[in-house]
Amino acid sequence: MSLLEIQNLSVRFGDDGAPPVVDGLDLSVDRGEVLAIVGESGSGKSVTMMALMGLIDAPGKVAANRLRFSDQDLLSLKGRQRRRLIGKDLAMVFQDPMTALNPSYTVGFQIEEVLRQHLGLKGKAARQRALELLERVEIPGAASRLDAYPHQLSGGMSQRVAIAMAIAGEPQLLIADEPTTALDVTIQAQIMELLLSLQRDQDMALILITHDLAVVAETAQRVCVMYAGQAVETGRVPTLFDAPAHPYTEALLASIPEQSDNRRLATLPGIVPGRYDRPAGCLLSPRCPYAQPRCTERPALEPYDRGEVRCFFPRNMTPDEAPEVLPEAQRPSQPPGEHHVQ
Amino acid sequence: MSNEASTGSVLSARELTRHYEISRGLFKPHATVRALNGVSFELAAGETLAVVGESGCGKSTLARALTLIEEPTSGSLQIAGQEVAGVDKAQRKQLRRDVQMVFQNPYASLNPRQKIGDQLAEPLVINTGLSRSERRERVQAMMQQVGLRPEHYQRYPHMFSGGQRQRIALARAMMLNPKVLIADEPTSALDVSIQAQVLNLFMDLQEQFNAGYVFISHDLAVVRHVADKVLVMYFGSPMEMGPAELIYTRPLHPYTQVLLAATPSIRPDPARPKIRASGELPNPLDPPSGCVFHTRCPHATERCSAEVPAFRPLDDRLVACHYAEKVGATNGAPVRYA
Amino acid sequence: MSSIETLPAAEPTAYYPSPLREFWSAFKRNKGALGGLIFMLMLVVCALFASVLAPYNPTEQFRDFLLTPPAWQEGGTSQFLLGTDELGRDMLSRLVHGARLSLLIGLASVVFSLVPGILLGLLAGFSPTRLGPFIMRLMDIMLALPSLLLAVAIVAILGPGLINTIFAIAIVSLPSYVRLTRAAVMTELNRDYVTASRLAGAGTLRLMFISVLPNCMAPLIVQATLSFSSAILDAAALGFLGLGVQPPTPEWGTMLASARDYIERAWWVVSLPGLAILLSVLAINLLGDGLRDALDPKLKNAA
Repeated sequence: MSLLEIQNLSVRFGDDGAPPVVDGLDLSVDRGEVLAIVGESGSGKSVTMMALMGLIDAPGKVAANRLRFSDQDLLSLKGRQRRRLIGKDLAMVFQDPMTALNPSYTVGFQIEEVLRQHLGLKGKAARQRALELLERVEIPGAASRLDAYPHQLSGGMSQRVAIAMAIAGEPQLLIADEPTTALDVTIQAQIMELLLSLQRDQDMALILITHDLAVVAETAQRVCVMYAGQAVETGRVPTLFDAPAHPYTEALLASIPEQSDNRRLATLPGIVPGRYDRPAGCLLSPRCPYAQPRCTERPALEPYDRGEVRCFFPRNMTPDEAPEVLPEAQRPSQPPGEHHVQ
Repeated sequence: MSNEASTGSVLSARELTRHYEISRGLFKPHATVRALNGVSFELAAGETLAVVGESGCGKSTLARALTLIEEPTSGSLQIAGQEVAGVDKAQRKQLRRDVQMVFQNPYASLNPRQKIGDQLAEPLVINTGLSRSERRERVQAMMQQVGLRPEHYQRYPHMFSGGQRQRIALARAMMLNPKVLIADEPTSALDVSIQAQVLNLFMDLQEQFNAGYVFISHDLAVVRHVADKVLVMYFGSPMEMGPAELIYTRPLHPYTQVLLAATPSIRPDPARPKIRASGELPNPLDPPSGCVFHTRCPHATERCSAEVPAFRPLDDRLVACHYAEKVGATNGAPVRYA
Repeated sequence: MSSIETLPAAEPTAYYPSPLREFWSAFKRNKGALGGLIFMLMLVVCALFASVLAPYNPTEQFRDFLLTPPAWQEGGTSQFLLGTDELGRDMLSRLVHGARLSLLIGLASVVFSLVPGILLGLLAGFSPTRLGPFIMRLMDIMLALPSLLLAVAIVAILGPGLINTIFAIAIVSLPSYVRLTRAAVMTELNRDYVTASRLAGAGTLRLMFISVLPNCMAPLIVQATLSFSSAILDAAALGFLGLGVQPPTPEWGTMLASARDYIERAWWVVSLPGLAILLSVLAINLLGDGLRDALDPKLKNAA
């Protein structure tokens, strides 16, 4: 049984008629697995995780067929039970370490607060454990850092402290929302290594939300690609990068400078549709170079042997995969001219 | 690496240095922050020099010095052969036309209260004697080139996405046909697919206007794609400078190796050496002695903390390291950093 | 030349409202602010059409009707809907004409402090090492004195009266505009778009008035609205002290002063002007709050 199971998650802001920010998301994470959720701005990746943690306040509405963590049903959790779970078994690290820590309290106080809340530790025991945690996240001079205030720490240090607070309760699942985007590349490498070593040592599942495909290639085992609120492809690393099935994944990979041989980068025209600009059919169809008449319907997320894909005409399929896919020979060659101008 | 003749360069920097005096209260002596320590390079028309480094490396200070916003403490700067120091106000205004800049944050680089058409026309209003209709024509032509529609003239910046704003910023920078464009992390705030669109536009315009680009970035993957030459900086000092491909395939400076090793890749190579810099950036008010990188360098010795290494030519590039020969030695075996 | 792909517009064919329309739709969601606006509009109508709306001349004394209570009270008459004061003058007419005066005082004092305040603030912001500290110390000195006392002192020197009241209130409100402008200017000066204008060769004047000033207007507009209301209060206070507008001119504060002795006998002579002051100040403050809320998000979006 998987550790986390999400079925048909929808998040809406505003009244019931408003189009959802996250639309029918299915996701599962096993114990000790590293899953990356990749998407650009407007894909809904951060909102998904906030919905999971119960951080979506009214007027946002969260709905799902199933939202299960371990043996708990997250949808029906009440305040007190939720507070016992979040921060302990299910923890999160955010993007900007400078604002994730309370500037008015010392680092030691904030870690001890977590320990007190979730593990019931007090006084000396709490302080000792806080020290151990700081050492675990490889902060040099940990003893003196306990009394430091967040503004006295650099970005990389603050992120380590945030990670220490997150793992204090020994979580089964750690969600990291763009944990290194605000950091320098050398610090980024250190933090990613730290997260992976923690994940291995504590047999913790890790959900990594990022827009950086290279980071995904180096750290994740499975990937979920999101576009405009929907999951459009899931698969294993590195198979997904070698043979992407969804045209969006393909385009994303092609637009990375590393992947391109000539000076011009391959790009998709247009931008990600906003909530109110979504086409009736497949969300990518206005921009997709392979769009066909059938793409005016909404495709569902279909499994195939390497993962799942939300497309009527997935790419890089061997002839015996996904049965409804037309084999290469029969596919009409469509010049990329038919996309709708948004 | 031979220096190109000054007459051929659109931008020529010699030992550009910028120090700041920071007062530390009434009774303590002033501290000096050495934001930029002797940067030299030549840039030819149509060429792209990438300046690479992390926070605190001095790239923003360099950008401000190159765009004449701040005067360097010492060193010389020549734009299209014209020396910058000591020019009078009128000449400075003339020089301004030749160097323009595109900024990192697309949400702060456009005036929120001015229509973008007016913002694009502003350089023309200030610097040329064109009539209103002539200006409008030029603005519309430039807008079309960067992929904007004519009706966008009347709109305000907040009605545009990040990628579009960078297009507008680029259009504004190119309005006066500058010889040099300083691009300060122009795509760092953009999504990957938008980044690709904007980078394509940058390169197309460069081809068309034959401008020299100084491309400042921390993203090594992007830099490799656009740069002809790369200058690696750390803590205000140049570490290594040379042709892009050379720097990427055969880096000689430990810091360059660290940067490359830390940059994630879509196709991770298990054979890639994992070189990490220990510790964190030093305090600018308390800089390290000798080589600025020695506190974090995996190869540091006594000599490194005592003696500042010279920025010397080696293997077709310039490098500032006492042990560059040893550090870069591969014993013939190819080493893939990126 | 390689073809540069002309991108289709990223926005769909949505209608883009002008900044004014966007502001109005944000503003009208605030019910309190709308109420304030309506009341202000009523005051403006009163001010503009005072001679038409007021049933009587405000200085005309009706000796037979001294201290008549309002119409709904015992002893009141429908001839004088809100009663009369101690000299037999119609309260309603006096209040309506008083509106004209209060609005005039508010508007004039705001304009006479806003314009110099903006100019000084711009100068201070653009010259942080030379002119700036000098201007700010001057403002600090002015702020060190309690505003009402300063106003009283100015009026005592210049003599009482309407013009001098306006002048005094304008001087007293000057420092806050200077400070606000300077703070806003210093924030905006650091922004990239100002640097970009500099790079395009813009001179100081263009930078001041075209690049920076329009982006500083939001807090200034809010402050102007709020100091409108405090101008009315200050004028009322000065009038109450006998230093401001002199009787028989029907200024609300002056009316309060002359009615001091009649609080027990004829409550309407005191309460009605007081109520007028209260409601006006409340309305303006609600309006100012609504303005700030409507302008701020736009500011955040735009920045």
